[in-house]
Amino acid sequence: MAQAQADTAHAAHGTPTGWKRWLYSTNHKDIGLLYLYFAIFAGIIGGALSGFMRWELAEPGIQIFPGLAQMVYGVDGDAALDAGKHMYNVFTTAHGLIMVFFVVMPAVIGGFANYFVPLMIGAPDMAFPRMNNISFWLLPPAFILLLISLFVEGPPSLLGFGGGWTVYPPLSTSGHPGPAMDYAILSLHIAGASSILGAINFITTILNMRAPGMTMFKMPLFPWSVLVTAFLLLLALPVLAGAITMLLTDRNFGTTFFDPAGGGDPILFQHLFWFFGHPEVYIMILPGFGIISHIIATFSRKPIFGYLGMVYAMIAIGAVGFIVWAHHMYTTGISLNAQRYFVAATMIIAVPTGVKIFSWIATMWGGSMRFTTPMLWAVGFIFLFTVGGVTGVVLANAGADRAFHDTYYVVAHFHYVLSLGAVFTIFAGWYYWFPKMFGIMYSEFLGKLHFWIMFIGVNLIFFPQHFLGLAGMPRRYIDYPDAYALWNSVSSWGYLVTLVAMGVFFWSVVEAIMRKRKAAENPWGEGATTLEWTLSSPPPYHQFETLPRFK
Amino acid sequence: MTGLSFRLVQASLVALLALFPAAAFAQVGQPAPGQLGFQTSVTPIMDSIVAFHDGLLMWIITAIVLLVLALLIVVIIRFNHRANPVPTKTTHNTLIEIVWTVVPILILIVIAIPSFGVLADQETIPDGERQYLGSAIFSGGEVDVPAPGLTVRAIGYQWYWGYEYIDDDVEFISVMLNDEQLAELKPNEPRLLAVDQELVVPVNTTVRVLVTAADVIHAFAVPSFGVKVDAVPGRTNETWFYARRTGMYYGQCSELCGIDHAFMPIAVRVVEQEEYDAWLEAAQAGDLDGANLLLAQAD
Repeated sequence: MAQAQADTAHAAHGTPTGWKRWLYSTNHKDIGLLYLYFAIFAGIIGGALSGFMRWELAEPGIQIFPGLAQMVYGVDGDAALDAGKHMYNVFTTAHGLIMVFFVVMPAVIGGFANYFVPLMIGAPDMAFPRMNNISFWLLPPAFILLLISLFVEGPPSLLGFGGGWTVYPPLSTSGHPGPAMDYAILSLHIAGASSILGAINFITTILNMRAPGMTMFKMPLFPWSVLVTAFLLLLALPVLAGAITMLLTDRNFGTTFFDPAGGGDPILFQHLFWFFGHPEVYIMILPGFGIISHIIATFSRKPIFGYLGMVYAMIAIGAVGFIVWAHHMYTTGISLNAQRYFVAATMIIAVPTGVKIFSWIATMWGGSMRFTTPMLWAVGFIFLFTVGGVTGVVLANAGADRAFHDTYYVVAHFHYVLSLGAVFTIFAGWYYWFPKMFGIMYSEFLGKLHFWIMFIGVNLIFFPQHFLGLAGMPRRYIDYPDAYALWNSVSSWGYLVTLVAMGVFFWSVVEAIMRKRKAAENPWGEGATTLEWTLSSPPPYHQFETLPRFK
Repeated sequence: MTGLSFRLVQASLVALLALFPAAAFAQVGQPAPGQLGFQTSVTPIMDSIVAFHDGLLMWIITAIVLLVLALLIVVIIRFNHRANPVPTKTTHNTLIEIVWTVVPILILIVIAIPSFGVLADQETIPDGERQYLGSAIFSGGEVDVPAPGLTVRAIGYQWYWGYEYIDDDVEFISVMLNDEQLAELKPNEPRLLAVDQELVVPVNTTVRVLVTAADVIHAFAVPSFGVKVDAVPGRTNETWFYARRTGMYYGQCSELCGIDHAFMPIAVRVVEQEEYDAWLEAAQAGDLDGANLLLAQAD
């Protein structure tokens, strides 16, 4: 009886308001929005860091960072040059960690998946709403710890950790005796715990809370992509947590897991890191694959081509992603036979990825395409991801990687699949679901302008980096031989173009809020067939109080 | 439209790439301004990497990107809502799905065959009998390479390299020249690549390099040799090169190692055997500066 009364009371209460709505939120849509706002905020910081790096690299010599170190850290004189060089390494490190853990993952998994997986499978909310709350609220402290790490001692008398997002020992142990690395380790632990909790939540929700009649193979592709991603998170992140805990005890408690002087091995860390790190790159792109599938189908007014093939391709990519990690380690001295195996296994990933690319094109084939803003981002994604994918096939060959390892060719490759791949899927999803999430329409003109300027900008940044890599320019360099000046300069101009594009993006958001063009339930027409388009825009605070029957 | 012009630019760059080695001739051993492709190869290993990448991989990946681009252009033109107001309902075609699964596998096999050969060459120290691929990556190997005639240990330090001629009792460290030193001592050498004391080796000799590090991980790399191997504390990695041309060959540390990661280049001076013998004798007598001066004057 008490239970029944509580239920009635629950159903009767209104939408919580003010700070309580957000801080105490157990609502998947509110938490999803929090994740998206968080990712945008972190993205501004991560993007600004790369701006300083491109500014420094615009011409040979060291120009920007000593002055920046003087301004930020207050060092002066001779110390400024060393502080500047170290600060550059700190920036490359922080840029990588922020973009991976605090921008792309929160945006695609925390943001879009939280908001739309329950809607698309016809569920009232996530399986564990309170755990969903803690998943999000672990992220700000993690981010704050990472930001604090920029301002505490790393190497003697230098501030911040400058050993790269891969945190290889001994540079991350004996090379950085100060507490900066410990802050970064704790930050990653908390961010990792947040992701593991999120993954458990998604797996439970998707396996148990689909609407009646929605079998696994009737489930839309975005929840499928999130399910595969959640399993990758669940299996990969504990390995990272173990590796960085070993790093922590090596640093502070005298263990020697990675120290040869005590019988340890620095290469062991690389194996553990990449056992996490390689699935991690699929964690960042797989939800994007799901988003792109829906956008292509919606605006071609056709069901997705080869649905089963798409599902199995994602499962295959996820599974094979766990057995290719040492292709990041071809130059570490692993044996010839190990390299042979990792070459073969890595190249196999090209097959399911090709299936996805061709299935998207086949979905459009025979369709009736409308080139709205999200569709432009989706088609742009297909092309740019192909460019990044084929350079991945080149790098998979250990024999060729001998020339490319740790050069700008690698930087170009992973930015084509992440900065131009994953980030394009985020913008595609943003424009696709913007009317649904906020109940207002963005400006098609500004959205398209954003796309075209950004398309030009990011290609200007990253395409010339292939040339730099071929010519042998190593990555993570604050200064380079004069021969590399031309393409570095082009790359830095590309950053400015991209910055303009981001300005247009923020303007498009402000414009949409000011104009308040009301969005319909389904602004995209008959091609949009998934359940979120059957609800109002924005959806009610609690949706599906009577569960939808599927088919 | 931008996509198209972007592809056209890339295609013309690829064409330029093929022309490039001739243009690079004057700059052997270091990058040239505005360079698009690899540095000029002077070893059989780099020959095979160049042949594998420029001769095979580049064509395949360009063809794949052009195919995807062409398909995208076709669907954009033929299947937009004006040209094709009524969409089909096709969602399956078993034949095409088999084709786009099997054809990529075949392409990967074509890549894998030379790939494994190129890789095995790099990781196998010559014994004087094994034949290496060189540029002929689809052959069984037809380039003779002698067994190692010299073994050098390269040790990475924060932030310079140490070299030990382990059979000849010569060892020294190699530090980058800063701008003032460069202007004073070696004005004709490139900034950030020139060092005070280069690694000196004889031409047409297989040099075995044992690579390790004393503090953090570094990486020993020389692009025109096709050599890159990590210098890891507590472990010795082995690599080798056989340079067929005299000259100065530069590389740079290729594993992040701290604040001066960008400032610990590798410089290898390849000289005639007689010059090497004279240099070694002087170096063994303790006059490394004089020995290096002799070589510099010979240039």
